[in-house]
Amino acid sequence: MYDVAIIGAGVIGSSIARELSRYQANICVIEREEDVCNGTSKANSAIIHAGFDAKPDSLKAKLNVRGNELMDGLSKELDIPFKRNGSLVVCTKDQDRAGLDELLEKAAVNGVPGCRIVEREELVKMEPNVADDVTCALYAPTGGIVCPFHMTMAFAENACVNGVSFFLNTEVKHIEKTENGYTIKTLHTDSNEEEIFEAKVVINAAGVYADELNNMVSENKLHITARKGEYCLLDKDAGTHVTHTIFQLPSKMGKGVLVTPTVHGNLLVGPTALDVEDKESLNTTGAGLGSLSMTSALSVKNVPMRQVITSFAGLRAHEDGNDFVIGEAADAKGFINVAGIESPGLSSAPAIGEMVAELVKDMLSLAEKDNFIATRKGILHPEELSLEERNELIKNQPAYGNIICRCEMISEGEILDAIHRPLGARSLDAVKRRTRAGMGRCQAGFCSPRTMEILERELKMSMFDITKNGAASNIAIGLNKEI
Amino acid sequence: MKQYDLVIVGGGPAGLAAAVAAKDNGIDSILIIERDKELGGILNQCIHNGFGLHTFKQELTGPEYASRFIDQVLERNIEYKLNTMVMDITADKVVTVMNREDGMVQIQAKAVILAMGCRERSRGALNIPGYRPAGVFSAGTAQRLVNMEGYMPGKKVVILGSGDIGLIMARRMTLEGAEVKVVAELMPYSGGLKRNIVQCLDDFGIPLKLSHTVVDIEGKNRVEAVTIAEVGPDRRPIPGTEIRYECDTLLLSCGLIPENELSKSAGVALNPITSGPIVGDNLETNIEGIFACGNVLHVHDLVDYVSQEAATAGKNATLYIQNGVAANVKTVEIVPEGGVRYTVPKFIRPTEMEDNLTVRFRVGDVYKNCAIATYFDEELISKRKRPVMAPGEMEQVILNKKKLAEYPDLTKITIRIEEV
Repeated sequence: MYDVAIIGAGVIGSSIARELSRYQANICVIEREEDVCNGTSKANSAIIHAGFDAKPDSLKAKLNVRGNELMDGLSKELDIPFKRNGSLVVCTKDQDRAGLDELLEKAAVNGVPGCRIVEREELVKMEPNVADDVTCALYAPTGGIVCPFHMTMAFAENACVNGVSFFLNTEVKHIEKTENGYTIKTLHTDSNEEEIFEAKVVINAAGVYADELNNMVSENKLHITARKGEYCLLDKDAGTHVTHTIFQLPSKMGKGVLVTPTVHGNLLVGPTALDVEDKESLNTTGAGLGSLSMTSALSVKNVPMRQVITSFAGLRAHEDGNDFVIGEAADAKGFINVAGIESPGLSSAPAIGEMVAELVKDMLSLAEKDNFIATRKGILHPEELSLEERNELIKNQPAYGNIICRCEMISEGEILDAIHRPLGARSLDAVKRRTRAGMGRCQAGFCSPRTMEILERELKMSMFDITKNGAASNIAIGLNKEI
Repeated sequence: MKQYDLVIVGGGPAGLAAAVAAKDNGIDSILIIERDKELGGILNQCIHNGFGLHTFKQELTGPEYASRFIDQVLERNIEYKLNTMVMDITADKVVTVMNREDGMVQIQAKAVILAMGCRERSRGALNIPGYRPAGVFSAGTAQRLVNMEGYMPGKKVVILGSGDIGLIMARRMTLEGAEVKVVAELMPYSGGLKRNIVQCLDDFGIPLKLSHTVVDIEGKNRVEAVTIAEVGPDRRPIPGTEIRYECDTLLLSCGLIPENELSKSAGVALNPITSGPIVGDNLETNIEGIFACGNVLHVHDLVDYVSQEAATAGKNATLYIQNGVAANVKTVEIVPEGGVRYTVPKFIRPTEMEDNLTVRFRVGDVYKNCAIATYFDEELISKRKRPVMAPGEMEQVILNKKKLAEYPDLTKITIRIEEV
């Protein structure tokens, strides 16, 4: 029997797993996808919000501000790409600037440091491409951008190294209360075999499905709506179009979209917002993508939408109560919900990990480990090395001299690291999320056959079993003339 | 730092022909850098025939065509490095290269020829809505899987775009046992060669739907269906015209983009129409001593023209290495008008150019029974009738040096499509 079973290996489940791995406990993480960071955590704005937006005293407000504070330390400890680029909420001449003052007040109540209103004259010096109709903005210097893949993987890898067991491709079908805990029935998504987990404490971090899991064991029903957001990602050539994260002051037209550089140097535009019935509907739409050029123009001019290299959709888990739902279900002892984690979920993830681990520690009277490994090294970035250092690296590990992804200049060495590290990559997208191979302007047209060869060789997989992103997303379906 | 007279970036058809020409014109210190494991570039995966009709008066396959040039490189003992990536080029012609054996090495060149070729426009760049399952491939990636590795990427195929690689892959996939349901083309005309429409689609009964595009991709893991719709003159889908095809694969052949990231790092100025460097009659870019040829300069229809152009670049790089730059030379711009989208070269040097200079270009629409007119300032110099011109095929005009010498005060040359 496990002390703790965490359901969901997104950024929330992984953060909780990492914080709990400080303690002497038998912990597992159950994830239906073939990789960690494969749901909402992989498709969002990749923002560490400053924390001025959430309603004072809400969990969203407290955990956002605390999560933001924790990021400097975590990014060093766990080698997470993170940058405090500062954020701006812009107000146009057709809008009431009182809206900005309200945000400024909320920022003060929520404890967000350094916020102030900047007038157009100063603003255009900070952001020359701000739209002509913008009159002023709220500036929050603590806003930041992060790599959500590496943030999640850093938590998960570190948890794994500290003894947490991860069960991937494992979908929870049923949860039942037992005398001293819970029985979790799962199906393996490849083999279709049933596996049963027993745990004293269950942590429900199942994203858009957290309501279904809660409703299996509790009469206090949750209801989560999947709110779709569509995004366009632009070429690195467009990556300096803005340097801050530019939000729009909400208006009658809606909440608006953001325009932001990513921590890897691309430009990101989005999201749209549309409530959807199907919790799997990760499709983009012509209308959604088409709207982004118009809505983004309200805050930033001349966004070079011709330089879009890919588009994607993510689903936010919106709970009817409009706040995070974190804590033990009142009628289900030992069943801890971490539900409704929509924006600012990514920003709050470090603080949610801290909060839930504290809760579980007290519940199970857990003692700290004395051999906890607090640090994790990410995948090497050879481009940051000097010529001499790089040559030394290639001399010792020649794979670092072999470029596989020509757009992002990713070498075989980085791909090998991605495959062989804890919770290593087993699919093309898993390699992509870890190394950026295939994430550039040709979108894996060049490197995918090469990456497939490496996966085949290193994991001794059949070429026909290699997938884009797990499940039945196979790439080659047969030999020539044999299909 | 290692030194070479001439570094050629890319060992495909352009790089090979440029190297041969440079050697034959008297340069010995030449290095070809190729990122793949063999010379020949994309020709190695083009196993269909139809290459070399102009150059060799024979129908060769891609690998055969490449091997003719590879043999010439080997016979001349021209140095080359395989499995080697060029990481950076500076305006001072320092070329940084990397491979497993040598690590990262800087090379000082006297001249550089850019011959990196092009890449395919991806699904993302086309911004096609829908799911993002496995089974969406660029036609060239599918071609590599099938022709180089022997793996089939799918059984039931829809193709978007009628570029040549897409047309060739329609036939290839059919011959390997797949069913190609339809080729949809956004424009009202095909982007490929007429002969490929006939030989790859018509001969196999594969329908080509012009003025159609993909409006949805279904399938959460693997492609399950693709919906296409007719587009209006604004190229936007017309509601109510959707047709859904059940399939497991979508191939994209929607245009090629010259791969000029390295050129940009050296400060080479690009033409927004071609996405390739702006060059003069000697194929030199705005950066002295950096030349360009082949598909990195502008996307060609036939490899024969790539080889011809590359030989010109090789010869001119040699002249530059031997003699430096001719000072204070008058240049005359070539202005594309009335249906001519661009010209390569963009300008000429009437006193320095070859006796007969080929100016290549593409037209922006289909023209029937029209003529290519060339003007020296306002004076009509030639008018050549063409029964059919289409964007998928390159056109050319030959400029004669002697004729140009008769116009010492010439300010511009205009090339345009006119009624006969």
